[in-house]
This record gives sequence, C-alpha cells and structure tokens, in this order.
Amino acid sequence: MYRYDELDQALVDQRVAEFRDQTRRHLAGELSEEQFRPLRLRNGLYIQRHAPMLRIAIPYGLLSSTQLRKLADVARRYDRGYGHFTTRQNLQLNWPQLADVPQILAELATVQMHAMQTSGNCVRNVTADHLAGIAPDEVDDPRPYCEIIRQWATLHPEFTYLPRKFKIAVTGSPEDRAASEVHDIGLHLQRDAHGQIGFTVLVGGGLGRAPVIGVCIREFLPLPHLLSYLEAILRVYNRHGRRDNLNKARIKVLVKSLGAERFREQVEAEWQAARDYAPLLAPAEIARVRACFAPPPYAALPDSDVTTGRGPQFLAWHRYNTRAHRVPGYRAVFVSLKAHGAVPGDMSAAQMEAVAALAERVSFGLVRTTHTQNLLLADVPQHELYGVWRELTQLGLAMPNIGTLTDMIACPGLDFCSLANASTISVARDIQQRFNDLDYLYDLGEIEIKMSGCMNACGHHHVGHIGVLGVDKHGEEWYQISLGGSATGFTALGEVIGPSVPRAEVAGTIERIVETYRGLRLDGERFIDTLRRLGLAPFTERAYATHPAAA
Amino acid sequence: MRHILRRREWLADEWRYPGEDPADPPGDAALIVPFAQWRADPQGWRGRAARLGVQLAPAERVEELAAELPCLSLVAVEFPNPGDGRGYSHARLLRERFGFTGELRAVGAGVRQDQVFLLARCGFDALELAAGEDPQAALRALARYDVAYQPGAPQVAIRRQRFFGADGR
Repeated sequence: MYRYDELDQALVDQRVAEFRDQTRRHLAGELSEEQFRPLRLRNGLYIQRHAPMLRIAIPYGLLSSTQLRKLADVARRYDRGYGHFTTRQNLQLNWPQLADVPQILAELATVQMHAMQTSGNCVRNVTADHLAGIAPDEVDDPRPYCEIIRQWATLHPEFTYLPRKFKIAVTGSPEDRAASEVHDIGLHLQRDAHGQIGFTVLVGGGLGRAPVIGVCIREFLPLPHLLSYLEAILRVYNRHGRRDNLNKARIKVLVKSLGAERFREQVEAEWQAARDYAPLLAPAEIARVRACFAPPPYAALPDSDVTTGRGPQFLAWHRYNTRAHRVPGYRAVFVSLKAHGAVPGDMSAAQMEAVAALAERVSFGLVRTTHTQNLLLADVPQHELYGVWRELTQLGLAMPNIGTLTDMIACPGLDFCSLANASTISVARDIQQRFNDLDYLYDLGEIEIKMSGCMNACGHHHVGHIGVLGVDKHGEEWYQISLGGSATGFTALGEVIGPSVPRAEVAGTIERIVETYRGLRLDGERFIDTLRRLGLAPFTERAYATHPAAA
Repeated sequence: MRHILRRREWLADEWRYPGEDPADPPGDAALIVPFAQWRADPQGWRGRAARLGVQLAPAERVEELAAELPCLSLVAVEFPNPGDGRGYSHARLLRERFGFTGELRAVGAGVRQDQVFLLARCGFDALELAAGEDPQAALRALARYDVAYQPGAPQVAIRRQRFFGADGR
C-alpha cells in the first residue's frame, strides 16, 4: 500500500495543527458556527442528531492492520466502542466530542490517516474496486491512480470551494465494481493499441435527487495527462456550476443543461488552453506510486480442494463469502458486516482488533473496505480458509450472506443522521428477521437491496435491484420501493413501483416481490434478469396485494 | 483608513473605490472600478491619467477582462462569502493564461484567515481582509503549510511540492 513520505506526513500534521487552531477559535467564540461549518466539514466533522459525527477517510478502501487497530483504539477511547463503514469505503464515528476531534486527528496522523475532505463541497475520498489488484479480469490496478488523484485533490488551491461535493471513482476491470457510472467523474482504465495506460472519462453521473448515469466525454485519456484533464473538468465546473440552488449544484446538472457535447467541448478547450503549464505526471512519480502497490510476496501454492469433508456451514461460507483470486492457492475472503440482528456496516472495536490480527497472520497485514459495507481479506492462502472461517464465526463476522438479499446496504438513517427522513436500521432488522432462513436466501440467489433514509442517497437506493427510500409523510416514516437498479456489470437506475408503504410493511412488500420472482423465474435466472425480461408490471401488481390502501 | 495585507506587509491602502471619500473626489487617486461600470464606458476609463483597477464579481467572465489588462495595474476579485470559490479560478486564469503581473487582490466577506493560504497559492498578492479579521493571524495562516501537492503561485513559500506543470514549475 502507499506509505507516506516526509511531504505527505508534513501536510497531514500541518492540517491537524490548522484544525486544532480552528476548533480552539470556535470553542472560544471567535468563529461562529456558520464560519466554522465549512472548515469542520472539510475535516470530516458533521454535527449530527445526537453528537458530532467524524468521517475518517479510508482512501480507496485500503487499510493496514496497524491502521485498523488505531481505528479500534480511537473508537474505544473517544467514542462508544464501534464504528460504521460507509458506501464510500470510509469509517464514521457517531459519538465523538467536538473538543476531542483535533486530538483524534492527531492520533490518526500517526498511522498515516486523516479525515480531510470526507465532507464539504470539495473533492471527496476517491473510491475503487474492492478487488483491485487481485481481480482476474483487471486491465491494471486502479489504486496507484486513486492515490495520485487523492494527493492532487488534497488542499487543491483552486478546487476546495466547489459548488457542491465531488466524487471520483476509478475502476480497472471491465466489470464495474466501483459504481463508477454514478460518480461525478468515473474513470475506466484502458490500454491503447500500443499497450499504453489511459482512461475512459465519464462525467456527470450521480445519485441523490435526479439520479443520472454519467456520459463519456473522452474515450482515451493518456495517463500522463490525468491531472490536467481533471483540472479542466473541475475548472469548467467551478466556474459554471450553479451556486444559487444547492439542489442543482452538482456537475450532473451543468452537464445536462449544457448538453454532453457542449460540456465536452468546453473541457477540451480548457484542457488545450492550459496544456503548456497544467500538471503533467512524470514517469518517475507514476513508477514510485505504482511500486507501492506491487503484489505482496505470494508463496508458490497449488490450488487445493478445501471443501471436501467439511460441513455444510463452511461450504456455504466458502461459496458465498470467498472469491476467486488471480494467484493460484489464494482466495479473497469477505468479512461480513451483515450478520442478522446487526446494523449493516457497523463493527465493534474488538472485532476490528481481531480482524487486524487475523489479517497480519493470513493476508499480509492488509484489509479492505468495500462499498457494500463489508471488509475483505484479499490474499488468504486456501489452506488457511477453514481456520479463518472458524475465527470469523466466533467473531460474528462469518454470516454466509455476501451477495444475497440480506447483504444489504443501508445508510445510518434517522437514528443518527440529521438529514434523514426515516429510519433504516429498524427496517434492516425487519428484513433480516423475515429472511432469516439461509436456504430461502440461497434459493433467492443474488439480490441487492440498497436503502437510504433520504434522497441524498448515501445508501445508493437508485442502483439497488430493490431500492428502499425513506420519505417523510406528515411526520411519519414511509418508504418508497424501486426495482431494477444496478451498479454492477452495467449501470441502471431503478423505477419506483408505486405508492410508498409504512415502515411495518417494507419487509412484507419485499417478500411479495421476491415471491413473485420465485414464481416467474426461468431455470437459473437471477432476480435482476427476471425483472429485465418481464418488466415491472407483474411485480408491482403483487407488491401491494395485501395492502391496497397504501397511499 | 483601510489597510491591506500586501506581500506580507500590513499597509495603508492607496487605492479607492468609486463613491468612497466623497470629500476627496478621486480625480487623481488610483481607482478600482467595478467591471460593470468599466464595461459601460471603457474608453472613458482608459483615458484617465491615474492608475486603474477593475473589480471582478464571481459571475463575471474573466475572459472579457483579458483585453483590458494592459491598462490595469490591479484586479480585485470578489469573494462575497468563503463558500464561493469562483474567484480562485479567476485568479489562476489571470496569472497563468492572461499573464497578468499587476496586483491581484482578494476582496469581500469571504477573505478570512482560513482562506488566505489557498488564495495566495492561486496568485493573490494582496488581501483586503474581511471586517474583523486579525492581520497577524492571517500572516500566520499564510505560513501554515510549507509543503503542497500541486503547482501554485510563488506568493507562498513551499519547500516541497509533489506534482509539477508541463513548464516544470
């Protein structure tokens, strides 16, 4: 993984000193809440329903065991002993004290971590495919380029006060596992006919209000020009993006109002005009960062049969919670944060410490976070799998449900977030209870539920096979259900099936939808494929079967 | 008397805005004219003997100002609040694309100590601080960081930088 050099460390340390001073001034009454707000947001600090919330950056989801231990330590000493992993691969602490935050950031800086730009109208944490570097179908590892983008975006002199937040995702595989098409910028790694690395550039995707899929504005951007092209896009956006209406300030609105072609022309013109002085990536710098992501020292191991003679529980876990690896003798292992009865994405300090130790023993001391709110041990020798399963089982982290209906995404919702309209945690619990039978879950196969407590869509509900959106109706929590969204393979936005339903009806409505699927599917057909084949009609008809009065 | 922070010095401002100091009509004072007023009578303003500056609002097009730059000693870029970042792009375009070498001044309620480091990195060499801002604190903030990832203007001393422009800077 990337290791800070003296420059990186100095910058993070100086940032901590700056925020310490800003917090002191705020607490002394020298900075009003209104003045402090944009400053604290750019350091990851929200003021939430119950307390401040601190969002700690996990760049492209990669953590060392040392860092995960520090997160556990911070969660235990400054919070209530747990954290929440998000769809942007970050970690949120829900109960820190404002006055402690500079010290928390100082402690994080000792393990090369920070919370810079995890919030505010600036370039946010850059995300990547969680299988980066091990996926068999990969063109190139996206993480070095994510790291380069992270550095470039950090304290950017021109682009720290954008019209709105700005999210970039990079994917290195033809199968998009980073939801890149619903980002402000999505970059797809490519090789040209000469084997040179570059990117296809998509712009203007996004969820939230008015979800939209990004449009391609450049088929192939040669790697050395990565930063100059990003600057051209950001400059057009910074100058011309709307600032009069927060709901229309994302780049997708600018792209739509100009039209993709005119937007592209403006970016290309800006890029050409700055060519003589805009940043140009030096080969030595690219090589330096790429070297940080060199494969770990894999042992020469044969692929082996680890399932023969094992019990059904291990077999189920092996089937659902592990993935193929590019290197013989290894597999990738999901650490499920989706145990039934648990809050999706939550992890206790004790679990973090145990997984940190496990990663040191069996996966080169590295852990990844996924945008589906699980962790991943990327490089586990196959002969260790049984022991890993036993250990994860004891930790409550081996729920064999990855990719199934209960591996759902959920934002923190009304229980924590001051933006939310409705609770997500209680609905997740209802769904877990109703679908608690593993054989039934396995029979249903691959189904993605994504749930957001408001239309800001932190839970990516638009791209769930089944999307659940909390809405406020006269002070009551109701839920809008959508079907047919997808962010894996190809991107599609779900369609709302009809009137929203009260909280107590969500799990039942979902059950009727998936029962409809069971009745209509062809042999071996996945839920999303049945939906695409038949359209929404047969599902919407049945979804409200016992609840005709919903309105 | 208004003061400004110019190249790390806290100085009395010799520039005036139209309508300021009615008792002392700025016949020969250095004058900062809002761009809208300038556009209404560019010939008239250009013919004036004293030094001239133009004030650019966030929504105004810096390209339209480019042709006027040879007669300007100063461009004041407005930051009505800290969240409006358009002026950062204006500054970089003025310095890098249009080669403006006169005084580039950040003005408005958004020019606070927590912004001055980024402002200086974009090429501002003069800061008309928002009311109530402490110039000593702003000076300290200019030296808050001594490393940076991106290329930036020479108004801030950076001892180590990561990325460089095609021109090597």
